[in-house]
Amino acid sequence: MGEIDMSNSVQPKAPLAADVTAGRKTKFHTRGVQVFYGEKQALFDVDLDIYENEVTALIGPSGCGKSTYLRTLNRMNDTIDICSVKGTIELDGTDIYSNAIDVVHLRARVGMVFQKPNPFPKSIYENIAYGPRIHGIATGKEEIDRIVEESLIKASLWNEVKDRLEEPGTGLSGGQQQRLCIARAIAVQPEVILMDEPCSALDPIATARIEELIDELRDNFTIVIVTHSMQQAARVSQRTAFFHMGDLVEVGETGKIFTTPKDQRTQDYITGRFG
Amino acid sequence: MPEEHDHIVSRFDEDLNQLDNLIAEMGGLAEHQFADAIKALVRRDSELAEQVIVSDKRIDAIEESVDAHTISMLALRQPMADDLRVVITALRIASVIERIGDYSKNIAKRTVAITQAPPVGPSRTISRMGTVVQGMIKTVLDAYLQRDAELARDVRMRDEEVDALHTSLFRELLTYMMEDPRSISAFAHLLFVAKNIERIGDHATNIAEHVHFLVHGSLPEETRPKDDQSSYTVVGGED
Amino acid sequence: MTDAVMNELQTNKSASEQAARDRASHASDAVKRSLKKRYAAEARFRAYGIGAIAIAVCFVAVLFTTIISSGLPAFTETTITLNVELKEDVIDPAGTRDPQTLVTANYRKIVFDTLLTEFPDVSGRRDRRELTAILSPGASFKVQQMVTADPSLIGRTVTIDLPVAADFDLYKKGVIHKGTDEADRRVSDKQMAWFDALEERGVITSSFNTTFFTNADSREPELAGIWGATMGSLFTMLVTLLLSFPVGVSAAVYLEEFAPKNRLTQIIEVNINNLAAVPSIVFGLLGLAVFINFFGLPRSAPLVGGMVLALMTLPTIIIAGRAALKAVPPSIREAALGLGASRMQVVTHHVLPLAMPGIMTGTIIGMAQALGETAPLLMIGMVAFIVDIPGSITDPATVLPVQVYLWADSPERAFVARTSAAIMVLLTFLIFMNALAVVLRKKFERRW
Repeated sequence: MGEIDMSNSVQPKAPLAADVTAGRKTKFHTRGVQVFYGEKQALFDVDLDIYENEVTALIGPSGCGKSTYLRTLNRMNDTIDICSVKGTIELDGTDIYSNAIDVVHLRARVGMVFQKPNPFPKSIYENIAYGPRIHGIATGKEEIDRIVEESLIKASLWNEVKDRLEEPGTGLSGGQQQRLCIARAIAVQPEVILMDEPCSALDPIATARIEELIDELRDNFTIVIVTHSMQQAARVSQRTAFFHMGDLVEVGETGKIFTTPKDQRTQDYITGRFG
Repeated sequence: MPEEHDHIVSRFDEDLNQLDNLIAEMGGLAEHQFADAIKALVRRDSELAEQVIVSDKRIDAIEESVDAHTISMLALRQPMADDLRVVITALRIASVIERIGDYSKNIAKRTVAITQAPPVGPSRTISRMGTVVQGMIKTVLDAYLQRDAELARDVRMRDEEVDALHTSLFRELLTYMMEDPRSISAFAHLLFVAKNIERIGDHATNIAEHVHFLVHGSLPEETRPKDDQSSYTVVGGED
Repeated sequence: MTDAVMNELQTNKSASEQAARDRASHASDAVKRSLKKRYAAEARFRAYGIGAIAIAVCFVAVLFTTIISSGLPAFTETTITLNVELKEDVIDPAGTRDPQTLVTANYRKIVFDTLLTEFPDVSGRRDRRELTAILSPGASFKVQQMVTADPSLIGRTVTIDLPVAADFDLYKKGVIHKGTDEADRRVSDKQMAWFDALEERGVITSSFNTTFFTNADSREPELAGIWGATMGSLFTMLVTLLLSFPVGVSAAVYLEEFAPKNRLTQIIEVNINNLAAVPSIVFGLLGLAVFINFFGLPRSAPLVGGMVLALMTLPTIIIAGRAALKAVPPSIREAALGLGASRMQVVTHHVLPLAMPGIMTGTIIGMAQALGETAPLLMIGMVAFIVDIPGSITDPATVLPVQVYLWADSPERAFVARTSAAIMVLLTFLIFMNALAVVLRKKFERRW
C-alpha cells in the first residue's frame, strides 16, 4: 500500500518513497484523447502524462476504457476496423498518429504484454529470437544467443529454462509463460512496456514474482499497467490513474490516491462501494 | 460525512458498524465511569468508588476486542482511504478511552483514600471541572459516531476552560494546603485528582483530533489553545 | 438478550432451516424420479446411434464385398506357353533385318502356325479359325515386340507365354461353362475340348495380371489395362493441384486477413460458398465453352481437365483455408503485432504455418473429390477411347473414373471383372489420400 502518515501531531510530512514525480521526464504526453468504436464513444477527452522510468497503473471498473487507452499508446487499436482515435498522443514529443511515425517501428519502441500469456508455438529460444530478428537488431547466431540469454535473465526466467531452450514455449507453466512473454517484449529493447492485466490469469505466487519483476524493470523501462486489482496497483505503481465510464476521473501519486483520494468516485471505487 | 453508499460486500459494513458499536459501548462506559468517580468524590461515597474501580475491567476488555477486531479487519478487508482511516482511528480512540478509564479509576482510588480523612476542599471547583470534562467526553464521542469534525473542533476549544479551571484549582489547593497542613494528605490526593481530570480533558481533545483526521485525512491545522499555567504556578512566596 | 428471545430466534432459525431442507429433499426426489426416464432416453439414443452406424457399416460391407468379389478375377490372366518357331521366311524373307520389315511382318501367321502344330489333325478353314481364336490378338503383338527388340531371335524357336483370348480367359475362370446352351455361349464345345486338351498338356497357366497394370485401354479385354487412365489421372491431379492450391490459399489468406469487412467482401464470400454447391457438370460446360472453344486448348487433355477440376476444387480449398485461418487464435496475431511485426509477417511467420495442417487436409480432401469426378471431364472430351499412355499434360488422356464408366458401358462380359478391378484401384487411391489427410492432421496438430 502507499505510505500513511501515522504521526499524531502536525509535522512536516516524512518524504514518501524517493520516486517523486516532479523532476521526471515525460515519456507519453496525451491530451484530449477520444476513442470511438463506430458510433459508440469509449474515451472522453483524456489528458494524461506518463513519466519515464516509473510504473503508472490504470484502474477502474470493467468497461471504463483503461484497456482502450492503453492500446492507443502503441496503436494496437489500428487492428480494429471500426475504431477511431482522436486527440494528441505524443511519445517523446512526436505525435504517434502522424505520418512521421511508422507503426512497426513504434511497436518496437513500445512493447506489449497481454492478459493471457501468448507465447508463440515455437521453442523458447525462437520465441525470444523472433523480435530481434525481424527488426534486424541482431544478426548471426552469437548475437541472438546473447540477446536471448540477457532477456531471459532480465525476466527472471533464465535459471529455470537455460537447459531447455529448444522446448516449446507453450510447455511452461502459466507464470513462466508470462515471464517468457515479458522476456520476448524486452528482447526488442523497447523504451516502454505496456501491460494489460498481466497477472489476471496467474496464481498468487506467480503474480508476486511478476510484480517483483516489474519493480526491477522500472529502472530501465517505462511501464504502464492496466489492472483490476487495486492492491496490485497499490503495490506496484508510483502513479495511479482512475478511469470511469471513459473519463479519467483522477490521477495522482499512488500513496495519495489510496489514502486520501480527491474525487468521491475514486473513493467509492477503491473502498468497494460501487463498480 | 457526505451520504455514504454501502459497500458492495455487506459484511464489510457490518464489520465497520461493529467497530462503531464497540467504541460507543466503551465510550459510554468511560463517560459513566467518570461521572460516577466525580460523584463519589464529591459525595464522599467510598462504595461507589469501589464500583468504579471494578468497572474499569470492562473497559479494558472492550479495548482488547477493538484491538482484535481492527487487526482482523486490516488483514481480511485491506481497507483503503476512508475505511482505513475509520479502522486506524477506532484503534487509537479505543486506546485513549482506555486511558481515560484508567484515570477515572485512579480518581476513584484516591477518593477511597480521601474519604478516610475529614472532609475538605474545593468540591465546587472540582465538581465544575468534572462537569465540563464529562460534557467534553460525551460530545467528542458523539462527534466520532456522527463523523462530525466541527463538533470535534468545539471540544478542542473547550479544553481551554478545563485548563483554566485546573490552574485555579491548583492555586486553590496550594492555598488550602498552606492554611491547613494537617489535611495535606487529602489535599495531595486532590491535587492528583485535579491533574487526572485535566488529563482526561486532554485525552478528549486527542480524540477530537483523531476525529478530524478521520473526516479530513489530516490533522487539524491550528494549534489548540493551551492555557494550563499550573506548571508555572507558584503560590506563597511571591505575595 | 433474554432467553425467551433467544429461544424464539432459535426456533425461527431451525424452522427456516427445516424448510430449506424440505425444499432440497423435494428437489432431490424429483431428480431421482426423472433419472429413470433420462437413463432410458439415453439408452434409446445410444441404440439409435449404434443402429445407424450398423446400417451404414452393412451397406459399406455389401458394397465392398460386391466390388471385391466381382473384381478379383481380373487380377489373374491366363497365358498359354508355346514353343514359337520364329520362321525366318515368314518374318524376314529377304534377310535384310530391316526394322520396317520386322515391324510389318505377319506375326499372326507365326503364332497361328504354332498353335496349329499343337493340333495337327485340325483341318478345314472354319475349324482352324475356331482353334486360332483361342489366342489373343495381343499374342502376335507380343511376338512382334520381341523380334523387333531382338532380331537375333529370328530363325530360332522360343518359348513364349502368349495371352489367351478374353472368352477363354473367362472359360478358364468358370464364367463361361458347359452348363449353358452352345448357341448361347461364345465358346463352342469344340473350342472347349481343344482348350481342355491344352490344359491337360500343362501349357495353360494363370498368373498375376500385370498387363492390367501396365497397359492402356484396349478393345480386347485381356489386353486392357488401367495404366493409361492412371497416368491421365495423375497428370490431371497435378495440374489441378498446381493451379488450385496457390490460388486457393492466397485467396483464403486475403479474404481472412486483409480484406476489409465491407459489402463487396460479403458478396464474394457468399459466391464462393455457393460455388461449392454448383453441379460439377456446369464446370464441364464452362471448360468446354471457354477453354476448348474460346482458347483452343487441346481436347481430352489433362491440362484442360486439370483446369476444370481446379475451378471445382477452389471453393473447397478456400473454405477449408478460411476455417483453418480462423481457427488460429487472435492472441498469436496480437502477440506478433505487439512485437512490431508487419501484417504480412504476422501472416507468413505465424498464422499460415499454424493453419497449414488444416489447409492441407482441406486440399487433400478436395483432391480426393476431384480424383473421383467424372461428369465435367466427360463434357470436355476425356471420354475418348485412348490406347496410348499419355506422356504429357497436353496428350489426350482419360481418367480412372471415366475408364470405369467406359468399361462398365461395354457389352463384353470380360470387362465386368475389369470394371470392378478398376473401381478397386480407384477406391484404394481415395482411401489412401483420405488416410494421408488424417495422418497429416494428427502429425502437425499443434496445441497453443
